[in-house]
Amino acid sequence: MMSMQAKERLAKAVIWGAALITVCILALIIGYILVQGIAKLSLSFFLENPRRMGSEGGIFSPLIGTIYFTCLTMLLAAPVGIGAAVYLTEFTREGPLVRVIRFATDALAGIPSIVIGLFGFAFFVVFLKPLTGGWSILSGSLTAFCMILPTVVRASEEAIKAVPAAYREGSLALGASKWQTVLWVVLPSAMPGILTGVLLGVGRVIGETAPLLLTLGGSLLIPRSIFQPARTLSMHLYLVAMETGEFSVAFGTAAVLVIVILLLNLLSHTLMRRLMIRIGGR
Amino acid sequence: MRRLPACSADDMLYSDIQVLIAGRGRREMALQPQEKVFPLLLLICALTSILVVILVGVFVFLQGYPVLAKTGFFTFLLGRSWQPGQGVYGILPMVVGTVVVTLLSLIIGVPLGIATAIFLAELAPEGAAAWTRRAIELLAGIPSVVYGLFGMVTIVPLVRYIASNWFGAWLSPEMKTGYGILAASLVLAIMILPTIVSISEDALRAVPREYKEGSFALGVPHWQTIVHVLLPAARSGIIAGVVLGMGRAIGETMAILMVAGNAPALPRSIFSPVRTMSGNIGLEMGYASGSHAQALFATGIVLFLVIMLLNGFALLFTGRRAVRTP
Repeated sequence: MMSMQAKERLAKAVIWGAALITVCILALIIGYILVQGIAKLSLSFFLENPRRMGSEGGIFSPLIGTIYFTCLTMLLAAPVGIGAAVYLTEFTREGPLVRVIRFATDALAGIPSIVIGLFGFAFFVVFLKPLTGGWSILSGSLTAFCMILPTVVRASEEAIKAVPAAYREGSLALGASKWQTVLWVVLPSAMPGILTGVLLGVGRVIGETAPLLLTLGGSLLIPRSIFQPARTLSMHLYLVAMETGEFSVAFGTAAVLVIVILLLNLLSHTLMRRLMIRIGGR
Repeated sequence: MRRLPACSADDMLYSDIQVLIAGRGRREMALQPQEKVFPLLLLICALTSILVVILVGVFVFLQGYPVLAKTGFFTFLLGRSWQPGQGVYGILPMVVGTVVVTLLSLIIGVPLGIATAIFLAELAPEGAAAWTRRAIELLAGIPSVVYGLFGMVTIVPLVRYIASNWFGAWLSPEMKTGYGILAASLVLAIMILPTIVSISEDALRAVPREYKEGSFALGVPHWQTIVHVLLPAARSGIIAGVVLGMGRAIGETMAILMVAGNAPALPRSIFSPVRTMSGNIGLEMGYASGSHAQALFATGIVLFLVIMLLNGFALLFTGRRAVRTP
């Protein structure tokens, strides 16, 4: 029979071990991808177009496609998401309408991305073809917009809620209107937090693949407008790995993706720290 | 602004002041229409989520309904054969595939996730906790295709080695490729860790201090306190985390496509190649048309319903937590 102390120590050792495994898995994945992929990274890898279905050449056109697609998606999602968050936190009280909106946002966040992709295919690619050009950057962005809207709304809501009530009261006491208070006091204070939410959205958009397979078209040509098909880096990685089996290109692309995600993470942490300083810390 | 008359307020008639105030009020309204318009715009933004959810439901349902009506919901759900060429649509292999892969990934991921959450909430020194949390946040941000690629070149060969060298005598050739249930579950287990860890940690931290202090005051050691006081008190939150992780596992498409082998047949061992519902859509939607495409939409309807049910459960548990903890 083990003594109480021995049991206690054993249990804690197991927990430490589990945490260590979790961290090691992460280090293994990131380390492995970077080690395998970084040799492939060179200026020509970034600036050459893919050849032979992507098994040779670089990643120029997927890179351009990713930039177009990410910017357009965020241009759609950021204003609507922040607007919704401002409405939910500043312009309304808890009531049936707010409950329904919150429920819909939660439900949307829970819908699998492939189902959103099916919807995007049926609605944006087929139904709205005259407007979106069928498989195109616009269709892909609108689909991704539906997917990341909840992320942006929730993060912005949290950031706005974190602004102390005294700020609003001070502004109103000075005679500013509700709208002026929101625009010139609340939003600037919450901005680092809101940007963190937007960056979270960017990360998800860059990493997402399944709905884009159905809406973005996957063309290897450089897109000239948002009405043309394109492919993103994640899509490129999947298609190259599955269709050509050329793992060196896939690893190079994966390394680029991982580096971008690392940078986004770093940026959002810096912003978060700034938010904490601005609203007086927790 | 209207100039005030050159006399004291006493000399002014009450109605004059009324006119003055009313005039100012009207002027400000005229100057700032945004006070009326912007809340309306914001309301429209807020209503977008509702609109999108309704559109998603309606469009996916409308596209998938014809096949469901023709085949019958239960024949579709429980049919063992998926042959789009012959117009035979049964998704039982995919349903079983999804269930098995999800359960196995939970069996692997949940103990690891809850242990890590206990570490973060109770045992870790502040520095170690901060670093571990950063690491888990990163794990959540890595694209699923990167997990898939990692799985293809590390986990699949590992599983292949185990299958052919340790169990080679019992397995048929298609089970020795490495692509299959086990590889998919291992990859998924890693992918759902962040969800389980962060929600379980929040649940553990939400347990009132008094519970822990009371237990310590009775002389109960730390570990006993964790097992017999903190975990039971945080139970509903932890279950909610597990259910959400499960939702993520069921909805995941890309990583599974890359490591699961994707054969639309009922699996016979954990080394069998398997296809999930989401994988079925991702794999075939690219070239499907006609009733084949409708059958994929119908698969989407089933997936949609399953996730909605799961979210309902999660809501039930988080709701109960809100009631339980004062």
